[in-house]
Amino acid sequence: METVKLTIDNKQVEVPKGTTIYKAARKLGIDIPVLCYMELHDLGVENKPAGCRICVVEVEGRRNLAPSCATECAEGMVVKTHTTRVINARRTVMELILSDHPKDCLTCPKSGRCDLQDMAVKLGIREIPGQEYAEMSTYKKDFSPSIIRDVDKCIMCRRCETMCNEVQTVGALSAVNRGFMAVVAPAFEQDLEKSPCTYCGQCVAVCPTGALTEVDHTTKAIRAIADPTKTVLVQTAPAVRAALGEEFGMKPGTLVTGKMVAALRQIGFDYVFDTDFAADLTIMEEGTELLDRLTRFLSGDKNVKLPILTSCCPGWVNFFEHNFTDMLEVPSSAKSPQQMFGAIAKSYFAEKLGKKREDLVVVSVMPCLAKKYECQRDEFKVDGNPDVDFSISTRELAHLIKEFNINFEELPDEDFDRPLGESTGAAVIFGATGGVIEAAVRTAYEVYTGKPLPKIDFTELRGMEGIRSATIDFNGLPMNIGIAHGLGNARKLLEDVRSGKANYHAIEVMACPGGCIGGGGQPLHHGNSAIIKARMEAIYREDAGKPIRKSHENPYIVKLYEEFLGKPMSEKAHHLLHTHYFSKKKDIYIK
Amino acid sequence: MSHIKLELKPEQVAKIKEICKSFNNDPGELINVLHKTQETFGYLPAEVQEVVAVELNISVAKVYGVVTFYSFFTMIPKGKHPISICTGTACYVRGAEKVLDEFKRILNVKVGETTPDGKFSLNCLRCVGACGLAPVVLIGEKVYGRVSPDGVKNIIKEYEE
Repeated sequence: METVKLTIDNKQVEVPKGTTIYKAARKLGIDIPVLCYMELHDLGVENKPAGCRICVVEVEGRRNLAPSCATECAEGMVVKTHTTRVINARRTVMELILSDHPKDCLTCPKSGRCDLQDMAVKLGIREIPGQEYAEMSTYKKDFSPSIIRDVDKCIMCRRCETMCNEVQTVGALSAVNRGFMAVVAPAFEQDLEKSPCTYCGQCVAVCPTGALTEVDHTTKAIRAIADPTKTVLVQTAPAVRAALGEEFGMKPGTLVTGKMVAALRQIGFDYVFDTDFAADLTIMEEGTELLDRLTRFLSGDKNVKLPILTSCCPGWVNFFEHNFTDMLEVPSSAKSPQQMFGAIAKSYFAEKLGKKREDLVVVSVMPCLAKKYECQRDEFKVDGNPDVDFSISTRELAHLIKEFNINFEELPDEDFDRPLGESTGAAVIFGATGGVIEAAVRTAYEVYTGKPLPKIDFTELRGMEGIRSATIDFNGLPMNIGIAHGLGNARKLLEDVRSGKANYHAIEVMACPGGCIGGGGQPLHHGNSAIIKARMEAIYREDAGKPIRKSHENPYIVKLYEEFLGKPMSEKAHHLLHTHYFSKKKDIYIK
Repeated sequence: MSHIKLELKPEQVAKIKEICKSFNNDPGELINVLHKTQETFGYLPAEVQEVVAVELNISVAKVYGVVTFYSFFTMIPKGKHPISICTGTACYVRGAEKVLDEFKRILNVKVGETTPDGKFSLNCLRCVGACGLAPVVLIGEKVYGRVSPDGVKNIIKEYEE
């Protein structure tokens, strides 16, 4: 490998040719401040429009200051990162960025977690000269069911654009207009709801300012708790417990299941249940559907379509409803765990309590922003009453815990309520890419072969690679399994399926990189994939420590079928636990 | 961005496809495709951009981003009588801005807009090479020289049937 030697702040460093000054400096422990720059190493994505100019440095012999994020090192280069000229330029750049930025920091939803605010602190900005010459843009706020766009706060870093187009290939967002009016927006500046947005929330996860934030459901949840006529249930998604601790300064990958349960009880939820219970239920339904389709396919039934696609992820569901409208019959008809939980809570559990469904309020805690949209879909309502009333993100739960004066670290571990709080290790791994299909295989294998699994861990299905495949031996029948995470990877995989290039029996897709652990509602990881990996390890650790690790062995699931549902895919199960999909393709112009 | 909703006729769609094809449906040729398309249609309404996006296999958002970045591209159809006011140096110092303001006031449109009846559109340009006649106004192909704010009303009257 060809290398170059250079000097940065009087320190010598040798780096591979093509390395940027910014990265070379990091190697020396020099952190040049960056704002628009974003690197997602494991996704192979780098956002470096060199637009903000915060990262400028002085290069000896070069007339202009150089943006270090986009300037490659050269042999013998002498770089200075904190000369008076650099510091002055950096401050001026920051003042110019702030000159047309709204000054409502105190009430901004991003306050305290805002990269722009942090940068103003770091650079010691004390006044903003030239404000009177700046033209403030006055775009209307866009309220979608999941995401709020307040683009007057957009600083044109274009990180969201990179996530939406390069990583997710959704194509909802693009830079539009110019000068003071330049922002990132959907086509024709229409609302997100009219765009192909999937509400995956990856744009929100990387937005440095308050331009992109989530819709608040906490206020409504608190009101429901305070209402004495309502019984309020909460369900928590598997990925939440592996990341919530980060909001309280704990190390990434710290499992806080017990503390989370205790906190939810202190907040005042009447029943603290687990979405993992519904994940086990999903496996029963989806797994049965898989075996049913597979058996019919193998016996030559031409009406059966394979592969079966998982349908737990609402961002993914939105994606195929927009982009793969010719394949709407292919995904499993099983609802997502969030919605299965709501449907069972407001039927089976309501009956047990002797209450009407209207008296029950179901709140979900999700690592996800698309879940906010999902719970409002019309097909998940009975006479206008939704199965899941509100969905709050991991970040929102952390905020609630703080607002309710709960000392999270000191909390004792508590256990979920029964019956909808019991779950298996198979359910826990839903939170990581490959987890749903591994859980399905654990159950499907035993049901199909009638034999116990020789080993429970299918490590061949795990990992961070964007598209993975494995063949599992079902007692002589080779089961071809595909896995994709990140919608760009899902698109590639699905296009191969559509063209007949790929041949799978079952495919798992998660919209967010890493699966739910990297969801748009999780604590911000700022592109540090080591954090996602730590969360993933935590998920598998939780699974390994569970006494029961196969969904069909969950005693409360067994009981639910005995007492209420009959058997998987029964008429009642179909009615409560399955759904169908709609084409969201705009009829603009048919190719 | 509000725009007049229109439905493209099959032959119009075919024309856009033909333009895209002449650039090998290459997304890198977006600007050239838009140039040619605007040359054909006079402007780039949303529906046209949607066809271009599908043909070049890029998002509509991206196409719209390019259309709004370059001032040459417009989403508003030109009026029957396009009015261009020269705001080049000579015309400017001889009061072009006051003339422009009068056109804006009488027609009740901003620069770059078209009257709701589609009759007049208002634009600025830089120097038509007739500085001796400053300030200069063009309506269609016709040149008006030494225009004063007071004279604007009469000029517009010429085009009222």
